[in-house]
Amino acid sequence: MSKIGVFVCHCGENISATVDCAKVAETAGNYDGVAFSVDYKYMCSDPGQNLIKSAIKEKGLTGVVVASCSPRMHEPTFRKACAEAGLNPFMCEMANLREHCSWVHEKGEATTEKAIDLVRILVEKVKYNHSLNEIKVPVTKTALVIGGGIAGIQASLDIANTGHKVILIEKDPSIGGHMSQLSETFPTLDCSQCILTPRMVEVAQHPNITLYTYAELESLEGFIGNFKAKIRRKSKSIDEKLCTGCGQCTTKCPVKKIPSEFNEGLGKRTAIYVPFPQAVPNKPVIDRINCTYYIKGKCKVCEIVCPTKAIRFDQEDQIMEVEVGAIVIATGFTVKQPDFFPEYGYGKYPDVITGLQFERLASASGPTLGEIRRPSDDKVPEKIVFLACAGSRDPAKGIPYCSKICCMYIAKHAMLYQHKVHGGKSYVFYMDIRAGGKQYEEFVRRAIEDDGVNYVRGRVSRIYEKNGKLIVNGVDTLLNAMPVEIEADMVVLATAGIANEGAEELAQKLHISYDPYKFFAEAHPKLKPVETNTAGIFLAGACQAPRDIPESVAMASGAAVKVAGLFSQDELTREPIIAVVNRQAPPVYSSCVGCFLCVSACPYQAIEKEEIKNRNGELIKLIAKVNPGLCQGCGTCVAFCRTKSIDIQGYTHEQMYTEVMALLNEY
Amino acid sequence: MTLGFYPGCSLKGSSREYSESVLAVSKAFDINLEEIKDWNCCGATAAHNMNKELSLALPARILSLAEKQGLTEIVVPCAACYSRLTVTKHELSKDATLKAAVTEANGLEYTGSVSVLNIVQFLDKYITPNLENRVVKPFDHKVACYYGCLLVRPHEILKFDREEDPQSLDVLMLKAGATPIDWAFKTECCGAGLSVSRTSSVGRLSGKIIGDAKDRGAVAVIVACPMCHSNLDMRRDAINSYLGEKIDIPVLYITQAIGLALGLDRKALGLQRHFVKVTV
Repeated sequence: MSKIGVFVCHCGENISATVDCAKVAETAGNYDGVAFSVDYKYMCSDPGQNLIKSAIKEKGLTGVVVASCSPRMHEPTFRKACAEAGLNPFMCEMANLREHCSWVHEKGEATTEKAIDLVRILVEKVKYNHSLNEIKVPVTKTALVIGGGIAGIQASLDIANTGHKVILIEKDPSIGGHMSQLSETFPTLDCSQCILTPRMVEVAQHPNITLYTYAELESLEGFIGNFKAKIRRKSKSIDEKLCTGCGQCTTKCPVKKIPSEFNEGLGKRTAIYVPFPQAVPNKPVIDRINCTYYIKGKCKVCEIVCPTKAIRFDQEDQIMEVEVGAIVIATGFTVKQPDFFPEYGYGKYPDVITGLQFERLASASGPTLGEIRRPSDDKVPEKIVFLACAGSRDPAKGIPYCSKICCMYIAKHAMLYQHKVHGGKSYVFYMDIRAGGKQYEEFVRRAIEDDGVNYVRGRVSRIYEKNGKLIVNGVDTLLNAMPVEIEADMVVLATAGIANEGAEELAQKLHISYDPYKFFAEAHPKLKPVETNTAGIFLAGACQAPRDIPESVAMASGAAVKVAGLFSQDELTREPIIAVVNRQAPPVYSSCVGCFLCVSACPYQAIEKEEIKNRNGELIKLIAKVNPGLCQGCGTCVAFCRTKSIDIQGYTHEQMYTEVMALLNEY
Repeated sequence: MTLGFYPGCSLKGSSREYSESVLAVSKAFDINLEEIKDWNCCGATAAHNMNKELSLALPARILSLAEKQGLTEIVVPCAACYSRLTVTKHELSKDATLKAAVTEANGLEYTGSVSVLNIVQFLDKYITPNLENRVVKPFDHKVACYYGCLLVRPHEILKFDREEDPQSLDVLMLKAGATPIDWAFKTECCGAGLSVSRTSSVGRLSGKIIGDAKDRGAVAVIVACPMCHSNLDMRRDAINSYLGEKIDIPVLYITQAIGLALGLDRKALGLQRHFVKVTV
């Protein structure tokens, strides 16, 4: 006979304002098998928990129902209290009287009746509860970091410095990301490469970091502490061990006119190339789409000039499988490209460029060696217009959000232009100046007040070319919406920051969620900013939302701490809420008939086939078996099983049936 | 084949040649355009500035009459009429109360079953597929296709062409043998209703349009809206005085240009009715 304790919580007034808690406790006390029933103001408080503990000890309770808030809130609290009193924690159930009843209904008889029903259901269920034990799983203390921009670099270094191994993969031939493309950085104007490249080198030399560039995630299996990742190492067409990075091949390659990705199309590169001189690793790859050998079957100039014979035309992609315990995603972002702004002529007029292109023009390592020269004719622009919010905060363009970094980098651009082109005139069209950040507002004021950048509050309706000038038609909303027309030599669009192409596919490979704009979703917008909803997978940087460098670095360090915390344990405990296939006495052995529909239904590949043999070792039948390490307790197999042979522990068919019958007052 | 036809006020008055050329081109393709009987004003700019219900009731009455007449598809050449009719359909489809009020005011049943085609949609659907075979005198000129404000806006409702850089007229003219130019004033304001009240403003706004078309070597401007046409054609004096030069680029309705390519009679296309002489 069960001895169940019912503990009805008032939750201050959250429950008691609409539910008659004393009546609930009194009614529950009369149910068969209930040995103790009480109501109390705050059941989660210390005295509340002691009430439960002493009842368990004094009355010898075999099951507990706490009627209070959502189990998401306090299930761990009450289960721990039960465990401390010597009761198996899985003998404790919660009836959600707050979210499911008191908060959503008016005060009244019916509300109390519903509360009583909720308690009744759980009382009947708990009679069928069994003691369960937590599952222990080992932790592979290696982290996989995806993306080698500043966020990925920071996360890798921080994890590696705690003594754990890191595998860093980067899809491009070099790490460095967008930060390596930037000229100076706001608000201090220190050179981006100068602060980044030492970190890049540190990554390459760190004994705990294994770096794979030109590599992408192919697939991912497993769960927290025990992931199996397949990584595609794209063929670089060179033998990295032999290559010394001497640069002969890139100098002699006859295909010289490919738009350079690093220079945002403003410079050219060869078919065998190192993206930029400070690249890590500083070894070339062959771009097979543009290489003459791969197109026409002959050339091989690089092979001829290579002093170490390192060129490998027949090298193939390699798929590599690694085991990791945690993953940090730091895949970054991209900016909106041509055809998005027909009214601004981007893609049509060569002197209408993006902010990222301007970074390359202003960068000492860029195509103009840091001189601001316009792409069409190399002239120094005497008048330049910057457009903030090109696409951002524009629901009509499908991007209602603020891209966040533009206000600051536009101020920086205008400032750099004024520093480099004396006597030049610069204009910034803006909606609002969003300069929240340490020394950010001061930085913008400096651009306006010290460097004389003309800030015009208003939007631009159209840009067109006339007599070699770009005519910018806008409005000044601070001057009573007066139309403004500027004849500019160059226009820079602060194009919206958007999720990378392929972000959706990556999220699906990783089983993590993403928002409507394909940015990866954090587990909680305030309290879990670097976690995803999938345990063991963390986020860093602009793959989660547009982020500037300080924020990306802070996020990366945050994610690294989460990984280090995970790796500080040798074993992880998991709730035993998993599927089990029933086993019975011979000659049945199990009601499972071996149809294995469950195998195809399982999203986690957690179901295996088990041979059942008699004493002579002869095979009697083949049944399904759930791997407790892999099962996530989703219950899909339960729904698929035709013979009802699979149960989720803690949510068995018997328990569910009992709950329904209790609701129908059949007991 | 028969389609419905809603001319609106302009096509019966100041832009008779638009109506004439639409009918002439349709006839050449054996399409009968049947005018909606007892049609009324679409409400134009006036109605929706004064009273929302009225601005929907007027176009709804036209659509109800078309339904009553058994028409399923109507051609609305005027860009403003087209906008009003389409916006009405959209508004009434998402608001049952408004629909009931409008039906009651009109005393006519309205189901929203009639589909409304603007001139480009009509040409695309019924003329373009056979246009290239039928061209006898390719319109072999550089042209500036001018869309104005209403033909492609509001995009959320019309879902037609690209609002900031429309292409549909350009594609049509390409098929008629012309070379459309890439220019910056496709959708800039012509001055619209200021034609009467502030003609000098029209001179400035339309002047920029005509000026850019000329600078880029266009020998004709192609339009699909009676208001645009009257400002660019009838107000040419104001335009020229703003520009300080005499520009005599003619302004043709898309149907006139296509009619010329088909070898139709110039008079049947109403080319003699323009203020700026059509020399192409």
